[in-house]
Amino acid sequence: MKKKTFKTVNTQFPSVDGKGIMMGRPAYTDDFAPVDALTIKVLRSPHPFARIASIDTSAAEAMEGVEIVLTHKDFKRNPFTRAGQGYPEPSPHDKFVLDEYVRYVGDEVAAVAAVDEETALSALDAIDVEYEVYEPVLDFESAKGHDSIIHPEKEVYEMFPIGFDPERNVAASYHMEIGDVEQTLAQSDVVVEETFYTQAQAHTMLEPHTVNAHIDYQDRLVLFSATQTPFHVRRILSQTLEVPISRIRVIKPRVGGGFGGKQAIHGEMLAAAVTLRTGRPSKLTYTRQEVFESSYTRHPMRLNIRIGSTKDGRLTALDLQGLSDTGAYGEHALTVYMVTGSKVLPLYNKVDAVRFAGDVVYTNHVSSGAFRGYGAVQGNFALESAIDKVADKLGMDPMALRQKNMILEGETSPIFEVMGEGTEGTAMDMESCKLDYCVKRGMELIGYEEKSPRREVSEHKIRSIGGAIAMQGSGIPYIDMGAATLKLNDDGFFNLTVGATDIGQGSDTILAQIAAEQLEVPLEKMVVYSSDTDLTPFDVGAYASSTTYVSGNAVLKAAQQMRSRLVEEAARSMQTSPEAIIYEDGRFEAEDGSPGIDLGELATKLYYNEDQKQLTTTGSYYGTKSPPPFMVGFVEIEIDRETGELDILDYVSVVDCGTTINPALARGQIEGGIVQGIGMALTEDEHYSKKGKLISKDFLNYKIPDNYTVKKLTTEFADSYEDSGPYGAKSVAEIGIDTPPAALANAVENALGVRIRSLPITPEKIVAALKESRTDT
Amino acid sequence: MKIELTVNARRRSVEVSPDDYLVDTLKKLGYKSVRRGCDTTSCGVCTVLVDGDPIPSCAFLSVRADQRAVTTVEGIPETASALAEEFGQTGADQCGFCNPGIALTVHAMQEKESDTDDETIRRHLVGHLCRCTGYQSQHEAIKAYLGDEK
Repeated sequence: MKKKTFKTVNTQFPSVDGKGIMMGRPAYTDDFAPVDALTIKVLRSPHPFARIASIDTSAAEAMEGVEIVLTHKDFKRNPFTRAGQGYPEPSPHDKFVLDEYVRYVGDEVAAVAAVDEETALSALDAIDVEYEVYEPVLDFESAKGHDSIIHPEKEVYEMFPIGFDPERNVAASYHMEIGDVEQTLAQSDVVVEETFYTQAQAHTMLEPHTVNAHIDYQDRLVLFSATQTPFHVRRILSQTLEVPISRIRVIKPRVGGGFGGKQAIHGEMLAAAVTLRTGRPSKLTYTRQEVFESSYTRHPMRLNIRIGSTKDGRLTALDLQGLSDTGAYGEHALTVYMVTGSKVLPLYNKVDAVRFAGDVVYTNHVSSGAFRGYGAVQGNFALESAIDKVADKLGMDPMALRQKNMILEGETSPIFEVMGEGTEGTAMDMESCKLDYCVKRGMELIGYEEKSPRREVSEHKIRSIGGAIAMQGSGIPYIDMGAATLKLNDDGFFNLTVGATDIGQGSDTILAQIAAEQLEVPLEKMVVYSSDTDLTPFDVGAYASSTTYVSGNAVLKAAQQMRSRLVEEAARSMQTSPEAIIYEDGRFEAEDGSPGIDLGELATKLYYNEDQKQLTTTGSYYGTKSPPPFMVGFVEIEIDRETGELDILDYVSVVDCGTTINPALARGQIEGGIVQGIGMALTEDEHYSKKGKLISKDFLNYKIPDNYTVKKLTTEFADSYEDSGPYGAKSVAEIGIDTPPAALANAVENALGVRIRSLPITPEKIVAALKESRTDT
Repeated sequence: MKIELTVNARRRSVEVSPDDYLVDTLKKLGYKSVRRGCDTTSCGVCTVLVDGDPIPSCAFLSVRADQRAVTTVEGIPETASALAEEFGQTGADQCGFCNPGIALTVHAMQEKESDTDDETIRRHLVGHLCRCTGYQSQHEAIKAYLGDEK
């Protein structure tokens, strides 16, 4: 472990843009829409599954103020995936910009661009469509081999083997086994077998999907987009619309939240198509209904788990098999499902055998895609719920069972080598893992000894504790690359340009902190710009918990190079050798005591006076491993045994994310994730009508947590240092969402003795389970 | 039809349709901080003050603003700037899309309430959904801001 005396990192700084944003300065995509931009509106399917038998747009096209109407007839049949991943993509190419088939209520039928919103909406009404309606697939458990084939078209394909079998409605499939699971389970003293269901969750970032496009004075297509992946957007637009990539510029302004929802392509294809065909600027902003109905959600899953144990509580085998619902399109179908195993099962690394398998199926529901947690939260709910059942069967304390079996520093799991994201994985040892400390400290903070498992506080009310542990990753090894460029300016301040994508998580700030630390300058000397495909270096974007670790390492490399370049220039100016220079806090001194020079003075001389030159350095980085952050979550609830209603009194998180580059922003990531996870655990659910129409398409019918949901959040970080990370940091963005579903389910069972196996855990389900348990006994 | 209103203490005269909402009228006038989040008055993003009261401008007809005083966050730079400092200390400054609306609600609460205890703050802020922070860091920041202002 390196010595930890930091000047700028591990320190709380306000976000570099927090003040300007609070003051309402233009920052987001819509703030930069050209005043004369055409407004694009999309006609959406009223049917869950149909073919467009005929479409007549003549009346709409004849309307004054309507500039263009686009239908599937206007596009080549060139399938792509909206997923927003690296290349080649591990998601099936099964989507057309506009298609003759519509596969869910809300799928795109046609687009209108008009001088204003009112005209565009009237034009949508004037489009005449006849549908040939098909039997939809609305139950994911009967999707495989269903008579209705959701993707019958001949053009769809997988870029490499992902188990794609569209004739059977299978978007992807996976199987792996280490050791002999059946035999190990047969020889185990205790076997627990459980089935769990997780639901579709909506991201509900507050800024809806937004894009605007124009042709600039160099005749290039310029898009402002609220995206997490500007470089992927550029590539996918170019490949799909067959525009040379050199003719496209994608600018990501400040983004109003993403959580994975903005990893994908949403309005970009239609805005680009409208502007390319009309030559006029255009804009497309999703309504909140469109965000719910026509973007994507978390993959709902059924997870069957079996856990074997010796009678003294040594876990022997883990078997997790499931089914995932990718909805109409297969975005992230394979990779989300793989993470359900790969970032969950290594938690108990000492088992003799482990198996993970399952299919990801198409249905005529809203598509599923990337969402913070990315499969790990689903897998964690199943595993960490089942672990409490094992403890119960053994008569052991559930945290003691975890402590006995969980992964520790210096250990590894064979799963890391076998499972990657869409491909094979990368073997690695846990060089930083303070999970043991996290559990111990979490138990202290929640008052585990006194409060666990339950206490009756009144005739109806019971207080109880539930806990769960979790892990995640830090980027995708050998795949995710990030890059950063530093430019020295006169007076010794720097521009840091990064491809990394700040979507509100604070990456601009923490990347500036990393550069400022290495160059020993105050943070205000580091001016950061992110994610403009023309002006900044490449980065895959904000996903897979990669920015702090991957992009942060790129920034550190650029800053290390800049530091040695500065030392060389100072040595030249001071007429000594670089080895004789001591650099500290913006000043160069010579070992022999000859006169030194300030960074500002040196920088100005380099611009105007001595051996003039521009100093720039670029660092790029891809991981050779993906060090997991770890955490424990404990919840204390008060539950009414008559109504099933529960209050969250405290949620304790103790997290090992290595060094926190900015402790305030790290806390923000954890607490935001925890409360999203609580929403998933308790209230959030996408409801469909029997005919397959989404009902929960506004905040009145889809309930996310508000400021009364949680009484108290207690968040602490373990003292941990990951040698391969920038200044010891690992990721922190996703892990917060993982523990609440299992921790809450465990707390409910501890309070009332009933196990809720499907999310969300509603009072109705609790009351029904209580009734059933009374009838049983 | 034409309406006359003041926006951030400046007299404005603007042509509106009877079914125009204030959020769109303000955007047309160039107040970019007023943004849409939901269309169902659920999220608080489009909050502005009308005669000092926070209202969701996505459901407030522009004609109702005739002869009234409208404040957007551009009109309360001192409050917004001081509140941003506190948000920066607790990790509450994340995506920021909800922040201008929150600043306006805090500004109005400060004018109205002599005692801003925890419950008062929660009650005033409950209409502001946030998907980033988990709320506690915002709450602490608002409390610290109100404490400093006393």
